[in-house]
Amino acid sequence: MSRLEPRKVAMTLAAPVIAIVFAALVTALVLAATGDPVWSTVTTVWDYGSKPRVIALTLNQATTYYLSALAVAIGFRMNLFNIGVDGQYRLAAFAAAVVGTSVSLPKPLHLLVIVLTAMLVGAMWAGVAAVLKVSRGVSEVISTIMLNAIATSLIAFLLSKVATDVAGSNNRGTDPIPESGHFPGIPLIPGSPLDSFGFIIVAVLAGIAYSVVLGRTRFGFDLRATGRSESAAVASGVSVKRMVLLSMLLSGAVAGLVGMPQLLGASYTYSIDFPAGLGFTGIAIALLGRNNAVGMALSAVLFAFLDASSVILDINDISKEIVLIMQGTIVLSVVVAYELVRRYSIAAEQRRVSRELASQGSPEREEVAT
Amino acid sequence: MSSARATTTTEQPPAKRRSSRLSLPVVLLGVAGALVLFSLVRVISGANDLTSSGTIGAALSLAVPIGMAGLGGLWAERAGVVNIGLEGMMILGTWGAGWAGYQYGPWTGVLVGVGMGAAGGLLHAIATVTFGVDHIVSGVAINILGLGVTQFLSVTAFEGVRGGGESQSPPIANIREVSLPGIGEPLLELERKHLFLLSDLAGILRGVTVGVSLLTVVAILLLIGSFYVLWRTPFGLRLRACGESPVAAESLGVNVYLMKYIAVIASGGFAGIGGAFLAIVAGNGYREGQTAGRGFIGLAAMIFGNWRPGGLAMGAGLFGYTDALQLRSGVESVHALLLLVGVALLLVAVWLASKQKLVSSAICAVLGAAFLVWYVRTDEVPGDFTTMTPYLATLLVLALASQRLRMPAADGLPYRRGQGG
Repeated sequence: MSRLEPRKVAMTLAAPVIAIVFAALVTALVLAATGDPVWSTVTTVWDYGSKPRVIALTLNQATTYYLSALAVAIGFRMNLFNIGVDGQYRLAAFAAAVVGTSVSLPKPLHLLVIVLTAMLVGAMWAGVAAVLKVSRGVSEVISTIMLNAIATSLIAFLLSKVATDVAGSNNRGTDPIPESGHFPGIPLIPGSPLDSFGFIIVAVLAGIAYSVVLGRTRFGFDLRATGRSESAAVASGVSVKRMVLLSMLLSGAVAGLVGMPQLLGASYTYSIDFPAGLGFTGIAIALLGRNNAVGMALSAVLFAFLDASSVILDINDISKEIVLIMQGTIVLSVVVAYELVRRYSIAAEQRRVSRELASQGSPEREEVAT
Repeated sequence: MSSARATTTTEQPPAKRRSSRLSLPVVLLGVAGALVLFSLVRVISGANDLTSSGTIGAALSLAVPIGMAGLGGLWAERAGVVNIGLEGMMILGTWGAGWAGYQYGPWTGVLVGVGMGAAGGLLHAIATVTFGVDHIVSGVAINILGLGVTQFLSVTAFEGVRGGGESQSPPIANIREVSLPGIGEPLLELERKHLFLLSDLAGILRGVTVGVSLLTVVAILLLIGSFYVLWRTPFGLRLRACGESPVAAESLGVNVYLMKYIAVIASGGFAGIGGAFLAIVAGNGYREGQTAGRGFIGLAAMIFGNWRPGGLAMGAGLFGYTDALQLRSGVESVHALLLLVGVALLLVAVWLASKQKLVSSAICAVLGAAFLVWYVRTDEVPGDFTTMTPYLATLLVLALASQRLRMPAADGLPYRRGQGG
């Protein structure tokens, strides 16, 4: 991209910082309004959040969030709104769980088959929306909302066909995946009794791949160009339909990974209480991180930290729903802040240019500037 | 979205006119045909619940929240603002209705529900109109916020109150139900005879005239009123102009921002009524997760109905009806529905073939035959398939008719005051 100017960096960082500060203010106001102590809440949350075990938990959750944000961001860069990440990862995780229990293979192969199944199913479910958009002009926003709901019913139906009682609870799910299909955890955080998901490595690799493919390859350039201006892309010989199809399939494939940390690192079964709604969190995180691989990673950690802190809030008798308010406010204020910063920087740029032109004192130039 | 727009703009004007303006006789003929088809299927399958007054009544009250959410979507999108946040505004409506309803009576509950929904709308308007944020992004954020705010408030407002809890409000007194006098008994008698066509008519009439909640009546009046305001008044023309071409509207002196604000706030208000209906009439108080995605279904109903009130009502009715069938007698009626869909698809195939649209006709014929085979070979339809019916139907309609659907030309596009130059 362009060289690093301090001005530019400040501008880029301004929006998320403003948003987070604003959200913190709103949250503090809500807390104060309901009569909860603001400052001691903050310190409690911080103390709790910096324990090794909680950091490990936060990282695990962030791994899942990050993959979800990546899936959404691929669509965003192309100006596609994949709201369907939610349905895609749930269907993918379910299919992967079924395949994982029904085949028996040696260790690395077994894992690979499970993960590939998930990516394939996620891509297929996203592909339905892509085909509808390309061939029939159906807005992907609406079709993916519908596909989310259809996925919910479909999973419920299929689960009722294959589910057995999960041992020791009244939960129902698929049979557990045998040991050869587990993704080994790694002791990443010193002092934590809890291993980190091994899948965090995959998430990091996915983030790097995302950065490289979008920023450094012909395909990535075509994708971003189509997202910025469809007509310009067409003029330079890019097939928009092909790009829509490809990016949606790619987004779906990454969405297929979202359920994997949980499935291969913790639960080993797809049951009724498999986490839902991660796709929507992914949208929020992609927005906050501005579709940037590093930005999204930081945002994912922030959201996961807020989630983890809800536990201690609950213990201290402060309603944990405050976390949802904070997350919602962050999303809304971050997009407003980005817009404001964008307008401000355009205005500042215009002022700068007109000032420089005025100082040059050439009459024709001045005419152009005004 | 952009390619949808591209396809609609390349369409020839005559075809568009024909599809969007059905004349009254054609509509009546269609209704009559559908009635005969329903009656026929009922007689053949013996699923008498298909057109019973109970089913129709239930369908009506299930359609109201969907229809109100759809109406909210209609107002916003006609003014050019896409409102994905309907779900969140609806959730705010259920909570407002629950909170005020148990303390000050159901009608106050409805008003507060509307107010809460409208507040959500105001937030959406500020974000999208004043700050020019992407409409869908703002909507998604409002959905998150709506859920968070209500869950948070519930804990402080309902916990420890008699009959309430952290995820539900105390029970609310119901809104009065009204019936057309002197018509219920004779219709019921006729309905019980299970005659071809006559009993079906009696069932449907009884369903919509006996034991109808006053809030349902209000909702129907709002639907008709919205049509009148949006399509028959200068105000409505200006509002719709903002959705079609804000720059043109501005050049004629319309305050586009104001119009958009009014439309989006009204949109939230309608979603709020839908939520209030769920809390007060359909349930007997606020419950967490009560809306269950109805805001999204409402949006689907509106698109299904081609951004028009009549079509929207039809879409909401369809979704309400499939819901009602499944909730009431599930297995048998829904199974009979397979026969209905199969026959209907075959009829459409014949109609398409007569129009020389052979490919579409063949697809319909194959699908219709598949449904008939499904009907003959099975005895019941799993409940999960019924829950996905409305969504599948919307997807199918979008896939088959998206070229004929026409959304407001500037729907979802950013607009800044004075950008026309």
